[in-house]
Amino acid sequence: MAERQIPEINAGSMADIAFLLLVFFLVTTTIQTDSGLQVTLPQWVDEPLDPQDKNSRNVLEVVINGANQLAVEGEPGFPVESLKEKAIRFITNNGSDPTMSDNPKAAVISLQNDDGTDYSTYLGVYNELEAAYNAIWESEAQRRFGRPYQTLEKEDRMAIREDYPKFLSEAEPTRFD
Amino acid sequence: MSKFKKNKKKDAPGITTASLPDIVFMLLCFFMVVTKMRDADVKVRVRIPQATELQKLEKKSMVSHIFIGPPSPVYQAQFGSAPKIQLNDAFAKPEDIMQFVNVERSAINPERHNEMTCAMKIDGEVKMGLITDVKTELRKANFRRVSYLANKRAQ
Repeated sequence: MAERQIPEINAGSMADIAFLLLVFFLVTTTIQTDSGLQVTLPQWVDEPLDPQDKNSRNVLEVVINGANQLAVEGEPGFPVESLKEKAIRFITNNGSDPTMSDNPKAAVISLQNDDGTDYSTYLGVYNELEAAYNAIWESEAQRRFGRPYQTLEKEDRMAIREDYPKFLSEAEPTRFD
Repeated sequence: MSKFKKNKKKDAPGITTASLPDIVFMLLCFFMVVTKMRDADVKVRVRIPQATELQKLEKKSMVSHIFIGPPSPVYQAQFGSAPKIQLNDAFAKPEDIMQFVNVERSAINPERHNEMTCAMKIDGEVKMGLITDVKTELRKANFRRVSYLANKRAQ
């Protein structure tokens, strides 16, 4: 049998292939970053503050019971999907509806849950309330500056937040032992 | 005699090693891509809920993680299936949070303590009673920047 010479494999393109793969993965990879609802917890005080007057027109009372049912202003079975709309109307009422807030600076949303409430329900409700504030700031940013809220300067954002402050208070949870 | 002259040399040519670095690079890339950076081994099952108003967690070094959920099957024989709190690598009680916060704080320059955030990775089925206890402890420890981790919900 005749001896054959094994031809040398051209390895010059190997580097190109490797680079191609590298670029492919660089482009398609998304580095996983955690994201979540940012909350600042209230300061701890040894004696609880005087309970707010829940019946005041300036307090929007949101309660979640142990069976994950929502009640808003004492009205049971309130759908979560309408909560954002309700909160926006409550905050931006400016005294027109006597059952809602006098002005945005006085409006307080009080959220109370039960020890038996599921976390996902709680977070869902919290998310809606957060969404209400974000929507108000966003529309205010558009009205005043014609730009999205996130692109504004810090002072402008602060100015908006001062006129529409976020008062989201969490009442002591109910406990049914 | 044929036109194509046969080479009569018998020794095989040396295998080229020029591509070896590329192969190594490729492996490197592969592992870089599949590696998930994680400092703690999660011992609880956490399926975080969905939300829309999310903010990205910035400054990873300023973030402390608290996991709450039912222990994963491996640990259920030992710890039961009721939701538990995991701080770093160990299961903990709400009372341990104060110490956990102090340990986390000691690693960070005191001037930057107010930038620290607590990332709460909590299973959606956990009851609020336990979470309220954790929140109370965090408030007592004056560690008040909290982020409830959640996945983005499509609108």
